[in-house]
Amino acid sequence: MKRLHIPTWLERQRYLLDFTLSSLGRRKGKNLALTALYAMVVFGLASVLMYTQALRGEAMRILEGAPDVVVQRMVAGRHDLIPADRVERLSRIRGVQEARGRLWGYYYDASAKANLTFLVPEKFWGKAGEVVIGEGVARTRLAAPGEPFPVLASDGSVVILKVRETVPSPSELVSTDLVLLSEPDFRRLFGVPPDLYTDIALTVPNEKEVPMVAAKIRGQMPDSRPITRAEIARTYEAILDWRSGLVVLVLAAALLSFGIVAWDKASGLSADERREIGILKAIGWDTSEVLAVKAWEGAVISLSAFLVGLLLAYVHVFVTSAPLLTPVLKGWSTLYPSFRLTPTLNPFLVSTLFLLTVVPYTVATVVPAWRAATTDPDAVMRS
Amino acid sequence: MRKSDRFLLFVAGALALLEVARLHSLHRGRERNEEVRGMASMARRLGLTDLSLATDARYARHPSQADRFAPFQDHPTSLEHFPSGTLIAPPPP
Repeated sequence: MKRLHIPTWLERQRYLLDFTLSSLGRRKGKNLALTALYAMVVFGLASVLMYTQALRGEAMRILEGAPDVVVQRMVAGRHDLIPADRVERLSRIRGVQEARGRLWGYYYDASAKANLTFLVPEKFWGKAGEVVIGEGVARTRLAAPGEPFPVLASDGSVVILKVRETVPSPSELVSTDLVLLSEPDFRRLFGVPPDLYTDIALTVPNEKEVPMVAAKIRGQMPDSRPITRAEIARTYEAILDWRSGLVVLVLAAALLSFGIVAWDKASGLSADERREIGILKAIGWDTSEVLAVKAWEGAVISLSAFLVGLLLAYVHVFVTSAPLLTPVLKGWSTLYPSFRLTPTLNPFLVSTLFLLTVVPYTVATVVPAWRAATTDPDAVMRS
Repeated sequence: MRKSDRFLLFVAGALALLEVARLHSLHRGRERNEEVRGMASMARRLGLTDLSLATDARYARHPSQADRFAPFQDHPTSLEHFPSGTLIAPPPP
């Protein structure tokens, strides 16, 4: 007995998909090129979003260790050295557990063409005349533990320091350009008098008291600028959120590319495509079937591009450490940290990218097809 | 093999790779967590306020500590010309 075969909805869709793939295969070169370009746009967008999101996440976690409040002194609108007696005054403010003068500054190393950050730790574990350097400094200056580290002092003399050790490599994201040294060496190198600090770091155990402490500081020392940890975190959110320069640049380019592709699709069909729709209608296909084929066509191209672009972006950012993005952030820096970010495949990011890339293209493919499919087949073929 | 089967196989393969990527992110994330905790503790010990992402311009090295007008402070009418300065926005007010 012959079994009655009733095609289910799924099977019907598979036949339509077969037909769509054959139809795409007839314009293989064009469609492959389109998919490849489309995948590149997804790759660029996904790379930047993944990179900035991972970096923002790490920045937030690392900077939890930043001082609760940093107090700077402003002179004529510019950051200036702060008198040491303010350490005592600041520590007397209610809510402040500890105030500590910090000494740090920049040193332009002409031989390496790099800005190094010289910093005096609260408890420097080396001896006077020794420095602890970041991996980036060791790489650029070709310096190793035990070797001399000559520095040009502010009075023009050359001070020969000795490398004690390098900061371990996994912390390069915060330490690559650091040169840690003792307080007397710092003051001697930069000519900073003993009664001045670069700024003052405060410990405020109760987070809720931080804004009040900052307000008191502004009231008591009008020439000072308190920077709270929340503001430091906000800075990094601003640098790395979707409105930041890096993301906006790529987002604008990607949206423009999508816009051009979608506009091209929505503005009309090629003569071949119109003839194909006309023939399908003439041999008995109804409008919904023609639209389904066109929807599949858009979905096949955009879904393939989305999946390929997303996977390549993941590999690019989290396996190969984003070699295409690093030079952008690096700018003219000759000293740059080498680091591998915490990989994240955020469902929100994936679904946003999906909605941004697959849906508009599929819709843009269906609209002109709907216009052609609802007109008379004879007119469509003759047009 | 039908063309639709080949396409569905491709999609299934890509989804499987995405799952591999997710597992990789969990595994590597655990390793990196240790490193990030180490960096947070270093930031606490040394009083660090910024990541050393860009070292070309002084104000790009410590964006949280820099003035909003930092790129323009070197002299009047001085223009921002560092590539990192165009990507790193000034601290919010």
